[in-house]
Amino acid sequence: MSDQATTSSQEAALLVRNLNFFYGDFKGLNNINMDIARNKVTAFIGPSGCGKSTLLRTFNRMYDLYPGQRAEGEILFNGKNLLDKRQDVNLVRAKIGMVFQKPTPFPMTIYENIAFGVRLYDRLSKSAMDDRVEWALKKAALWGEVKDKLQQNGLSLSGGQQQRLCIARAVAVKPDVVLLDEPTSALDPISTAKIEELIYELKNEYTIAIVTHNMQQAARISDFTAFMYLGELIEMGDTDQLFLKPKIKQTEDYITGRFG
Amino acid sequence: MSEPSESAGIDLHARQVAKFRLQDKFFHYSTQLFALVVLASLLGILVSLAIEAWPSLKAFGPDFLWTNVWSVPDDEYGALAAIYGTVVTSVLALLIGVPISFGIALFLTETCPLWLRRPLGTAIELLAGIPSIVYGIWGLFVFAPLFAEYFQPPLQNLLGEVPVIGSWFSGPPIGIGILTASLVLSMMIIPFIASVMRDVFETVPHVLKESAYGIGCTTWEVVRNIVLPYTRVGVIGGIMLGLGRALGETMAVTFVIGNANRIIPSLFAPGTSIASTLANEFGEADPGLHIASLFALGLVLFVITFIVLAISRWLISRSMGSEGL
Repeated sequence: MSDQATTSSQEAALLVRNLNFFYGDFKGLNNINMDIARNKVTAFIGPSGCGKSTLLRTFNRMYDLYPGQRAEGEILFNGKNLLDKRQDVNLVRAKIGMVFQKPTPFPMTIYENIAFGVRLYDRLSKSAMDDRVEWALKKAALWGEVKDKLQQNGLSLSGGQQQRLCIARAVAVKPDVVLLDEPTSALDPISTAKIEELIYELKNEYTIAIVTHNMQQAARISDFTAFMYLGELIEMGDTDQLFLKPKIKQTEDYITGRFG
Repeated sequence: MSEPSESAGIDLHARQVAKFRLQDKFFHYSTQLFALVVLASLLGILVSLAIEAWPSLKAFGPDFLWTNVWSVPDDEYGALAAIYGTVVTSVLALLIGVPISFGIALFLTETCPLWLRRPLGTAIELLAGIPSIVYGIWGLFVFAPLFAEYFQPPLQNLLGEVPVIGSWFSGPPIGIGILTASLVLSMMIIPFIASVMRDVFETVPHVLKESAYGIGCTTWEVVRNIVLPYTRVGVIGGIMLGLGRALGETMAVTFVIGNANRIIPSLFAPGTSIASTLANEFGEADPGLHIASLFALGLVLFVITFIVLAISRWLISRSMGSEGL
């Protein structure tokens, strides 16, 4: 298959096999096969409605919340098919964190925004929790800006800070994979740059999958890029190679701006 | 273009603007008038209640509030029994109604299958449309006998021996009484509280809930930690709406509370409420102290409702303050 990712030499965090996705009768994803490499950044690009967000939302079974949406096929995570109904969905989501397009701080203090998720699965002492909060906020490059106002509401932060708070929240529960669904599309360029830097830092410890509308962003931060179109994976490969020498005509047309 | 026609154009424009400004002013003052009418009628009701109640207030003074006497032959009146009945039935109705409403709203917004959502939601709203007299008749002729036969004896057996609360369930199981009135009241306020709760639960952004699910929360954890804090103001508002309705509910309560103008510290015993006393006695009250005392009761109900409203405002502002916003 021409679209098979070239990740065989590395260990894969997620193995997607024959994945089909349905919104009621509409088929949103058609026979997707790909490997998401461990401790790398994989970017998903493609025009609106191509299924890239849909694909991301199958990785933590977010579609489960909505009746009528279903997935078929396999997504192997630590050797288990996480689409399996018997798989505990809450445990999956604790291991595969997600950050959304718009910042979504919880209606509680900055400290609680982080501690809340940790408390679901870990019983930490007060001081251990303090350390965890500090650690997560440092990971998200937010500690310096909020360390004196941890008891303020998360909503009192600026948009860029809120988004980093959401990343800190996702990181705090120590997941294996972090899914980012257009995390910078609602942010200004300076905040965007900070988040991109952050993603670059985070990949040392986490596997990152990011959906983006911004091709330059994909080129800047990702190791692998997948181009999707109309629910199909058209081409996936090394980011440099995909942008410089795409193998497929449709990919070339898209990245050179001829359609999309 | 020639000079005169241009200045005429400007002139016309200025006249238009002046006309719009006048219309704006008219609109502004007329809406202000409507808003003031509300305030004026509120004040008017309060003042006329106070004037009509004056003979009674003068005769009994503040003692009216805590005197447990209501005797038409002796022409001696005190509001305590009615206040007790009103407050106890309303609070009990809330204690029963709020958890059930919360469950209904939770089910409708979070876990209900899609096809059931609309019919169930409509059915609950229809409950709110049933006239209160119908609840009263049903309560007296259907619910009270069933309650006396099948619920009161077991309840008495179960809790009658428990210290402190045992006495609440003492007395003959006659069906009508404080507890029956509370149950019927709770049934009447559930549709209000449940539909307000459902509406505010639906205002929580999907993406916020997804974020919470995204770190591994269960549905209960999402509701407890995200949905409830986010909708707190609306939830308190809905509960207060229900409480306001319970405090003032007249016909249904009159039918099932038993209308005994005294305080018996058992929930099985008959009692009275402010609204049901008014409904029962206004028709045959003699002018003088009796009718003045009924007006004074009305005034007390007015004040209680006002206090409830003030407390809810205070709760809302306090909880917003504690959030660090």
